[in-house]
Amino acid sequence: MMNKAFAVTLDPATSLENHTGSWRTLRPENVFKLPPCNKQCPAGENIQQWLYYAAEGNYEMAWRFLTENNPFPACMGRVCYHTCEGKCNRGFLDEAVGINSVERFLGDYAIEHKLSFKRPAKDTGKKVLIIGAGPGGLSAAYHLRRFGHSVHVLEAGAEPGGMMRYGIPVYRLPRNILDAEIARITDMGVTIECNHKVEDIEAEKKKGGYDAVIITTGAGISSNVDIPEGDTNHILNALNVLGEIETKGNIEIARRVAVYGGGNTAVDVARSLRRLGAEPIIVYRRNRDKMPANEEEMDAAIAEGIQVKWLSTITGATKESLKIEKMKLDESGYPQPTGEYEELPADAVVLAIGQNVDKSILDKLQGLKVERDAIVIDPETNETSVPGVFAAGDVASAKDRTVTLAIGMGKNTARSIHAYLRGVKYKKQPKNEDARFEDMHPWYYTDAPKTVRPELELARRTNTFDEVQYGLTEENAIYEARRCLSCGNCMECDNCYGVCPDNAIRKLGAGKGYEFNYDYCKGCGVCAQECPCGHIHMVPEKI
Amino acid sequence: MLDKINFYQTGSNTVGNRLINPSMRTEQASVDRPNSLTCGHRACQGCGEALGARYAIDAAMKATSGQIMVVNATGCLEVFSTPYPESAWRLPWIHSLFGNTAAVGSGLAAAAKVRAELNGDSVTPRIIAQGGDGGTTDIGMGCLSGMFDRNDDVLYICYDNEAYMNTGVQRSSATPPAARTATTMPVGEEPGSDWGKGKDVPLIAMAHGIPYVATATIADLRDLETKVAKAMSFHGARYISILVPCPLGWGLKSSALTVTAARLAMETGFYPVYEAEYGQITSVRKIRQKQPVINYLQIQRRYAHLTGKKADPNVLARLQAMCDANIEHFGLLGDEAPQLNPAAIQAYERSKKV
Repeated sequence: MMNKAFAVTLDPATSLENHTGSWRTLRPENVFKLPPCNKQCPAGENIQQWLYYAAEGNYEMAWRFLTENNPFPACMGRVCYHTCEGKCNRGFLDEAVGINSVERFLGDYAIEHKLSFKRPAKDTGKKVLIIGAGPGGLSAAYHLRRFGHSVHVLEAGAEPGGMMRYGIPVYRLPRNILDAEIARITDMGVTIECNHKVEDIEAEKKKGGYDAVIITTGAGISSNVDIPEGDTNHILNALNVLGEIETKGNIEIARRVAVYGGGNTAVDVARSLRRLGAEPIIVYRRNRDKMPANEEEMDAAIAEGIQVKWLSTITGATKESLKIEKMKLDESGYPQPTGEYEELPADAVVLAIGQNVDKSILDKLQGLKVERDAIVIDPETNETSVPGVFAAGDVASAKDRTVTLAIGMGKNTARSIHAYLRGVKYKKQPKNEDARFEDMHPWYYTDAPKTVRPELELARRTNTFDEVQYGLTEENAIYEARRCLSCGNCMECDNCYGVCPDNAIRKLGAGKGYEFNYDYCKGCGVCAQECPCGHIHMVPEKI
Repeated sequence: MLDKINFYQTGSNTVGNRLINPSMRTEQASVDRPNSLTCGHRACQGCGEALGARYAIDAAMKATSGQIMVVNATGCLEVFSTPYPESAWRLPWIHSLFGNTAAVGSGLAAAAKVRAELNGDSVTPRIIAQGGDGGTTDIGMGCLSGMFDRNDDVLYICYDNEAYMNTGVQRSSATPPAARTATTMPVGEEPGSDWGKGKDVPLIAMAHGIPYVATATIADLRDLETKVAKAMSFHGARYISILVPCPLGWGLKSSALTVTAARLAMETGFYPVYEAEYGQITSVRKIRQKQPVINYLQIQRRYAHLTGKKADPNVLARLQAMCDANIEHFGLLGDEAPQLNPAAIQAYERSKKV
């Protein structure tokens, strides 16, 4: 006999017996997309990931993730031209995230707190020789050492750093910062031998019994241009000027100096000379729009009172003046002579019209292919035409020559050599699909403008080599990091977990993310629609 | 240092946010939320009502430490949650008739009080009566008004999806003008639901002078949870109307757009979100990013006749004017204090009769 209330025949049951997942035609899945900053970064940094930890105030974790790819955050936070920020999706909303300043904050934090890299757990016994201790060489050394290989670096200069030391002026990169970050690499067991100019690569390789060699000799020879010199007007080259300022702290040069060229080196020279009391004027054959120099650096130069003579070429030089020909741009943007001349009073000319590779040692290596001022490398493996010899940095890149790219090439070369030493052919990891702004949900993000790094006041910076840009305070750094939209990667906002009408998403707890419960998920797509960062895709169910 | 930075990536616009203090996160963000309406219910994909009901009842559960009983009017919410003998509700729940939910709620409240007194219990369970807009604004109006009249200790929640969805999308007195329903087809001179008809139940509730009246939507969870918790802090009759878009009945372009539709209803001024105590409006939810009404209409097929090629621009203009009137009457933009005498939107429509 039933013992139930009136009109009741069945025991109460739960809806959990009803697996509504069978209704589904679309299935939500998590996708990990490639944020535009990461995609753009020449050093291959996982920017979104380290900003995630910086936003939490976990600076050490952020720094550890940053240095997975780049061992020079304090240097990069100062000298990188941060093209990542130009691609930042936040730019569509208000202003790009100040990635570079957070990177610098983390780099400085690590130096201040004496964070060090972990030494490899065990040595592989393989030996790699790196020729040139510039950013590319040191980056490769760092990554190879992490893999457990023993690395020896030969440097022709008196101190390691390459262009970071002899090209980039002190006001952009104080040397104690550079020294600290290089020391961290040597602390891992990398050995650097300075004042050792390699003449014969093959002989060095054989002598030391190295398993592989990386050429990272850079592009340290200034390009020349033929300027008819009437008299004894000083004509110098940019790298010699910067190098002399670095080693001697000063340079004997005239007051009125014309800096010929429109690239970053020209700007560095002009700003350095300004600090030494000269009155530099940049002479460039095209206009500002066509100028290759970084915009921020150029703005700073003009703000410091550096004059620029646009659309001009130097056709001759006498003791006290230069003969300038006016140019005009043709339809395709190339400068064409106009036949109009003028005089520009100047006591010296510094040529900053490009840098070339020192071919003397490359020519001695048999079978090494060099084309258009760069060693030819396999873009996948960075291996040269000589087996076991790799190249990275300016020496292997004719077009794009930046510190950041060199660091990225160094990393890639290290990975490639790691594969080579195990007898495997290296293949780059396939990239995730792009995280596009269109796939995100901007409504959710709060408005906040970019924090601008305070700059040394003008009058002060024009006559000292003190660092121009100060770092962010901790407060500002967190604020900047929190402006990151976390494009295409989860930031644990709980939105999917909250908006599911079927309670079909499990929250696994802090740091563990979420899980779809496909027993009950009906595939409505509200989670994907309301995910702020575009981390959820709806994919057709196989029926 | 971390506590000093009042900026959290998505701020308080998302359900949770790992960067903010746990006490500032919503109930829905917690791992052990009650899930009063749990999985396996038979609501359509993307159901706004299922979402709204879980949001509201979970918040009430938290506010009363789980001392809640629910009375549910006939309608979608009852049908999809409790096909005999299964139920998706994880709390004491009773199904009433279509129109007498408020009266059953009154009775339960009285019974709970008597029983607590007889047993000498220190805690008296609280009562929530809930139903859709049909069961509230049309069929249940008499019982609801009676409950307000007696100031019975019941929170009445109306899940407003602007038509009788359970029986096949017929017009209710909460259906907005020009909307297509099964009984207001887009034909004739003024296609869709009539202009100048309908009633504004939140304002009617306010006219009863009851302790607390609020409107909310499923697109602003913090606002909704705050209002439910606040309602539970009062004794006496309380009324909350929650806008819960119906993907099927509204003809949303995708079932994924439920929350987005509710958001657009707020951000266009179509659905004013505010709260009132003892008949006086005390706060309004300001529009964050104002949108033209077309953005709201064009994702719904019930308004397809307003956005297609044959659309009458005058109708669109009237709906925009209606939103603008809401924005003005309720002070939905800017920082000014809310207007003290807001009018039902039907009054505006009737006074502007063309």
